[in-house]
Amino acid sequence: MMLSKGLKRKREEEEEEEPEKEALAVDTWWLDPRLPAVAQAPPAVPSNSLLDLSVLKLHHSLRQSEPDLRHLVLLVNTLRRIQASMEPEATLPSVPSPPEAPGVAADSLLASSDAALSASMASLLEDLSHIEGLSQAPQPLVDEGPPGRPSGGAPPGLGALDLLGPATGCLLDDELKGLFEDIDTSMYDSELWAPASEGLKPGPEDGPGKEEGLELDEAQLDYLLDVLVGTQALERPPGPGR
Amino acid sequence: MERRKREKGKERRKKGKKTGGRAGREEETKRKPRADIISTVEFNHTGELLATGDKGGRVVIFQREQESKNQVHRRGEYNVYSTFQSHEPEFDYLKSLEIEEKINKIRWLPQQNAAYFLLSTNDKTVKLWKVSERDKRPEGYNLKDEEGRLRDPATITTLRVPVLRPMDLMVEATPRRVFANAHTYHINSISVNSDYETYMSADDLRINLWNFEITNQSFNIVDIKPANMEELTEVITAAEFHPHHCNTFVYSSSKGTIRLCDMRASALCDRHTKFFEEPEDPSNRSFFSEIISSISDVKFSHSGRYIMTRDYLTVKVWDLNMENRPIETYQVHDYLRSKLCSLYENDCIFDKFECVWNGSDSVIMTGSYNNFFRMFDRNTKRDVTLEASRENSKPRAILKPRKVCVGGKRRKDEISVDSLDFSKKILHTAWHPSENIIAVAATNNLYIFQDKVN
Repeated sequence: MMLSKGLKRKREEEEEEEPEKEALAVDTWWLDPRLPAVAQAPPAVPSNSLLDLSVLKLHHSLRQSEPDLRHLVLLVNTLRRIQASMEPEATLPSVPSPPEAPGVAADSLLASSDAALSASMASLLEDLSHIEGLSQAPQPLVDEGPPGRPSGGAPPGLGALDLLGPATGCLLDDELKGLFEDIDTSMYDSELWAPASEGLKPGPEDGPGKEEGLELDEAQLDYLLDVLVGTQALERPPGPGR
Repeated sequence: MERRKREKGKERRKKGKKTGGRAGREEETKRKPRADIISTVEFNHTGELLATGDKGGRVVIFQREQESKNQVHRRGEYNVYSTFQSHEPEFDYLKSLEIEEKINKIRWLPQQNAAYFLLSTNDKTVKLWKVSERDKRPEGYNLKDEEGRLRDPATITTLRVPVLRPMDLMVEATPRRVFANAHTYHINSISVNSDYETYMSADDLRINLWNFEITNQSFNIVDIKPANMEELTEVITAAEFHPHHCNTFVYSSSKGTIRLCDMRASALCDRHTKFFEEPEDPSNRSFFSEIISSISDVKFSHSGRYIMTRDYLTVKVWDLNMENRPIETYQVHDYLRSKLCSLYENDCIFDKFECVWNGSDSVIMTGSYNNFFRMFDRNTKRDVTLEASRENSKPRAILKPRKVCVGGKRRKDEISVDSLDFSKKILHTAWHPSENIIAVAATNNLYIFQDKVN
């Protein structure tokens, strides 16, 4: 595992997420001089790629069947910190490409396709929360008991249903959605996003090396949309298993 | 310190003189390749037993051989004593979630009779296991024959008293209690109280107190879940009872703080008695400051006077009487400070390392990458980096100290930062309670090191 000095990593390598980090062998280091880590003193303003990376990580974390809360909270806090330091740029024109992006075509395409992802996640969760509201069963939850009093392990008379959260699961939990409600992704919002729009789907030409990741997301999003529209029976969505 | 190495590796699956536990299926051939990754290591209170838990939900217990007078040079080595399946993967049908069978923590109970008891937990359920030996078997039943089949009462003409006869030693593990359905979030810690009657289990947002005898009820003693989840900015990362004061415990957070709580103060310990936090060093501030300050492990010293915490780059020792800063800070791998962005990208920055005290609280140990682990002598202020790997040390060889070269000219035996293998992380280590014997888990291999015998 040697470092290849002097080589700038290709853009597409940034986007690959390794869900199985335990088996990960890190064989490349970022030597991208735009990144804060290389400089001794971190710059006050983070590079765009750090923001992109963080948003991507957040989405990836949320897509897990049961997100790791610690990971999520740390990501969200870091993202807030990054966004807070980028505040001055928020007033600049947004869609589709961030203002200070270098004149690389991939960069703006990356931003807009990530925008699509952000926007789709946000709208999906909103839609799903409406469904939750309709079907939510009464919840005498263990964790809502008065503090300090014994909380039930498996109290007789209550089924497993009552001890769990909303039936739709952690990923779609109203509470978790609230975690990133205050994160402003408006600069990434793209009005191009419409479920029926053919032209939107980022095809292979949109970003070198992004095909795999994006197509997977697209498949999952399409599936979820179909579920919402009711054209498919509810079954456990495919995805990266544990 | 010199070390004699005894490597276990896959050998730990082989049965020793004693047969493996009868509880649980033997599924060695069907195990997924990553099921063997060790996820926790713990000596019992005498050091006679060493338990490991793995990602596949299995517990393997090693026992130290009795030292024989004939072979003084061969100090007691650890062999497999019992193997059993503690947790199975579960599927939560309502949430459409799979609950991992990975063992997050094992904690031993002090021995009170011939049997051994330990607690093991996955993300959601804690179990109390009894491990006991059977070396006698009753023979001479009247109503059953030797194979256990019922005899026709008409054929019984005499009565005899069954006798206990010796048999091959068998070690059995049986689940005595299952403490379930009390955690919404993932359990990260369990800790046995010094009263030996209660223990606590901690998840990301709550800590529950249990009585060993009662499985359908637990007391919630800490709850940091905000009313509005949008306000969630901090989670509980580890918790432990004081070794002597049964009313005192500490818990650490993802923001690098430690709270000490006294259960006598109130039923719900949301208000801490003490709050330990070190002010941030402005020269080291970065976007990753919070992530690297997140405490991954907290351990009381054996004396109960200090606590040790592990964050991403350092180990800190705190005096219980001083809340505003630690009394000692040790750099584990400070050369990673300039690589934080890369480590953020590959998620290594989220790795959770544990830390341990030696029996006399004079040396502390923690793991790092590239199968390195570090020891710090608190008195002499000396530290050493050692490596747990097959390639670099043969059994019975003395471990050679390692050195990471940060910049400039690399000496012959040094390793450069950029050559470190970040997939080889040592997250879990354990130290014998009274002797200089350590257990180091390197992915799916267990290494046991002892002091050199002169």
